[in-house]
Amino acid sequence: MSAEHASMRIIEGYARGGTDLAADEVWALEAHLEGCRVCRDRLSTAVDAGAPAVAALVDTVWSGLEPQLAVTAPMPHGRRWSARLSRWMTPTMVPWLAMVVGVTLLALLLDLADTSSGDVSVVLLLAPVLPVLGVAASWSRGLDPAYELTASVPRAGLYLVLRRTASVLGVVVPVLLVGGWVTGVMVAQWLLPCLAFTSTTLALGGVVGVTRAAVALAAVWAAVVAAPTLATSRTTFALQTVGLPVWGLILALGIGVVIARRGAYTVLGAHR
Amino acid sequence: MNTGKEHHMTSAVNAADIAPTAYAWEIQATGLKVRVGRKRMAVDGLHLSLGTGVHGLLGPNGAGKTTLIRTLATVLRPTEGALELLGESVGGTGELRALRRRIGYLPQEFGYYRRFTVREFVEYMAWLKEVPKAEIPAAVQRAVERVGLADRADDKMKALSGGMVRRVGIAQAIVNDPTILLLDEPTVGLDPAQRLRFRELLQELGTDTCVVVSTHLVEDVAAACTDVVLFAEGRLVFQGPPDELASAGGPEHEGDSPLERGYSAMLRSPRQGRGAW
Repeated sequence: MSAEHASMRIIEGYARGGTDLAADEVWALEAHLEGCRVCRDRLSTAVDAGAPAVAALVDTVWSGLEPQLAVTAPMPHGRRWSARLSRWMTPTMVPWLAMVVGVTLLALLLDLADTSSGDVSVVLLLAPVLPVLGVAASWSRGLDPAYELTASVPRAGLYLVLRRTASVLGVVVPVLLVGGWVTGVMVAQWLLPCLAFTSTTLALGGVVGVTRAAVALAAVWAAVVAAPTLATSRTTFALQTVGLPVWGLILALGIGVVIARRGAYTVLGAHR
Repeated sequence: MNTGKEHHMTSAVNAADIAPTAYAWEIQATGLKVRVGRKRMAVDGLHLSLGTGVHGLLGPNGAGKTTLIRTLATVLRPTEGALELLGESVGGTGELRALRRRIGYLPQEFGYYRRFTVREFVEYMAWLKEVPKAEIPAAVQRAVERVGLADRADDKMKALSGGMVRRVGIAQAIVNDPTILLLDEPTVGLDPAQRLRFRELLQELGTDTCVVVSTHLVEDVAAACTDVVLFAEGRLVFQGPPDELASAGGPEHEGDSPLERGYSAMLRSPRQGRGAW
């Protein structure tokens, strides 16, 4: 017998009620039994052999418990994929993302049909604001029923915001990538404005609420860039390659503000 | 020699379980003020110390109960004054992750995802509360059993009655075995039998947890609380055992039970007959 297991004397004494053991021996044995299956098995044989009263008591408890255990549903093993997905996006974000993907495909069709918009790419025009819609849905008081609960948990805050934002971008960017590739728009030309808008939404969202920020930025985009472009049928300065450094600067600024104000995402304000 | 993987020395209690607490009160507020909106101080200069036990937070509608509970849940930040939870100062803009792991919170408007099953939802909340991954299934099962929903654990939330949804709310609040448990109007939607069961659960939790229950039902407080906190217009009106509140009321005060008469006596004295209700 290994020296690291309890001796038969102690185990048999414990089975008889532990009265002939020292208190520290009982204590040490109980601590050992919690972690050692071998000694638990030896204890149960010792109980069966040496203490019929205890064995009878255990049997009574078992017969009382068994009907209760039979009706309790066991924990299902394989968890559903939707439950795993919820760690990346809330169920309420799914329809929004579906809509964003739908709009992108529609814009792509318009581009390919090449109707009235001249040489302006509709995909390019929509790319920066599309993820903003998804981000808004991920932190919205009106759209997410569990907003208050979510704000109160330890995982709330910048970490969860970035996680959900990443999942939005993870869906939107590949779709835009395909769209951009089909219409022949340079990747940086839409990706930088797209990321810049996302980071600005989060930065502004820390102050006025993410949904408000998203609505405001989408409105600014429509008024300043989209409307003039569609009116003049020419790609504006903002979306040409010369505008890229400006977008990079906005992106860096947005990220900086988000990091500096990361505590703002743990209170109710950012959920408006 | 060595027989199995399981063979290692484990101690029956770990150091964290027997470490002495470094604070006198689980919740301690001194001169706490919380502003809601632009102007209104919903909590206005509150001095309050709460320890282990079940504390019933009573007060008329609009007294600031929900604002106070939200502040204790750290989703609202104090405007002025000091608030210490478990010995840790709450204020500024920190993320308070370690503190939040030890708080359970059921908001007044308990929102949930209708397509989740009970177990999935409580599991999701356990994940958000950073319960260690290996402990999540057992913690979820325990919480669901404590609120008596073990047989409905794999039903979708949208198939549950209002009272059951409320119980899921309580289950998610206790899934992380909190030291501070904050329940905002938890008995709304529970039928009388469920309310009785809920009071038993409260008493059970109150033995080692600081439970704060906001309610407008005086009988809930009488049955389950060790301590009453009476709150009006953002200020503390009374704090003490339910018997003491009951003894404050006389036959001239309105109410059907001694506690209700005590309640109206306390609220009547500072501001006689203001407003129609």
